[in-house]
Amino acid sequence: MSTVTCIECAAEITLADNTEVGEIIVCPDCGVDLEVTALEPAAIQLAPMEQEDWGE
Amino acid sequence: MQRRLKIGVLFSRVRVEEKWIFGAMEKRGIDYDRLDDRAIHFDLNNPAPWQQYDAVLERSISYNSGLYALRLLNAFGVPTVNTAAVAEICGDKLMTSAVLARDGVPQPHNATAFTPEAALEAIEAFGYPVVLKPVVGSWGRLLAKVNDRDAAEAVLEHKSTLGSAQHSVFYIQEYIDKPGRDIRVIVIGERALTAMYRKSDHWITNTARGGEGELCPITPEIEDISLRAAKSVGGGVLAVDLVEHPERGLIVNEINHTMEFHTMQPLSGIDIAGEIVEYTVSAAKEKV
Repeated sequence: MSTVTCIECAAEITLADNTEVGEIIVCPDCGVDLEVTALEPAAIQLAPMEQEDWGE
Repeated sequence: MQRRLKIGVLFSRVRVEEKWIFGAMEKRGIDYDRLDDRAIHFDLNNPAPWQQYDAVLERSISYNSGLYALRLLNAFGVPTVNTAAVAEICGDKLMTSAVLARDGVPQPHNATAFTPEAALEAIEAFGYPVVLKPVVGSWGRLLAKVNDRDAAEAVLEHKSTLGSAQHSVFYIQEYIDKPGRDIRVIVIGERALTAMYRKSDHWITNTARGGEGELCPITPEIEDISLRAAKSVGGGVLAVDLVEHPERGLIVNEINHTMEFHTMQPLSGIDIAGEIVEYTVSAAKEKV
């Protein structure tokens, strides 16, 4: 089980076993969106801000 | 020996839908590549690396990136789900309204204008309230319910001053006093797969805005209008959003071409991701 440190608030976040690269996780402490950029070892960065043409 | 199919999945973020799609690919032993639209680049003089794909499933969050990727892939002869032509129509509310009108599919009363003055004239002709929507946009963003002339003048001025050029394509829609819900129908190919009510006390019922889902039985009427709407925009893997108009009954509000289904899949118990993968494989087989 990997853990990462929130870039915004330094909280320790445990990644679920089925986490994928490119997945967005939400910091349980501060609520910021984080993108998983690597798994071995686990790495995160702040998720990109929502753009005007985003959607479904 | 028959060649093994090769599928590409174009995506921006691995949402739960993409996880399910990747899982469905893997379960079926499909040879597929994950194509992050933020990392890929196209050499326009060398389509060969892209032509290795028998089909590409597009799941981009960015409408522009997805649309241009689809246009390129289709120009290179690569089948895509959905096609660029479908994305072009579904991603633009004005184009969707135009094809629905062409085919006589019931929809809200809509109008468009290209200047604030002409838009105000059109709004006054509708009567209040009306809804102003960006022609490109999703998740219920930047929708404005305009209750009177003062509000109309303010919103139109803000849109033309603060917005990009695209916000000066004013899309005006009648305000529908719907029963606190709309209906989302998943259509894949010729089938209306499943449907759900999206409920909210807010006039915007999008689940991206906190609307709640509840399973909706597919009546013959829902099936008929959904399939007609899907056919009208060119068909494929689509989410048809219906509204119950108090006087006119079911009408088509919009059609999404890269739909989210994180609420619908568990609610319906239907493997929507698996159905999407099967449809993509059938598009690939048509090419081979």
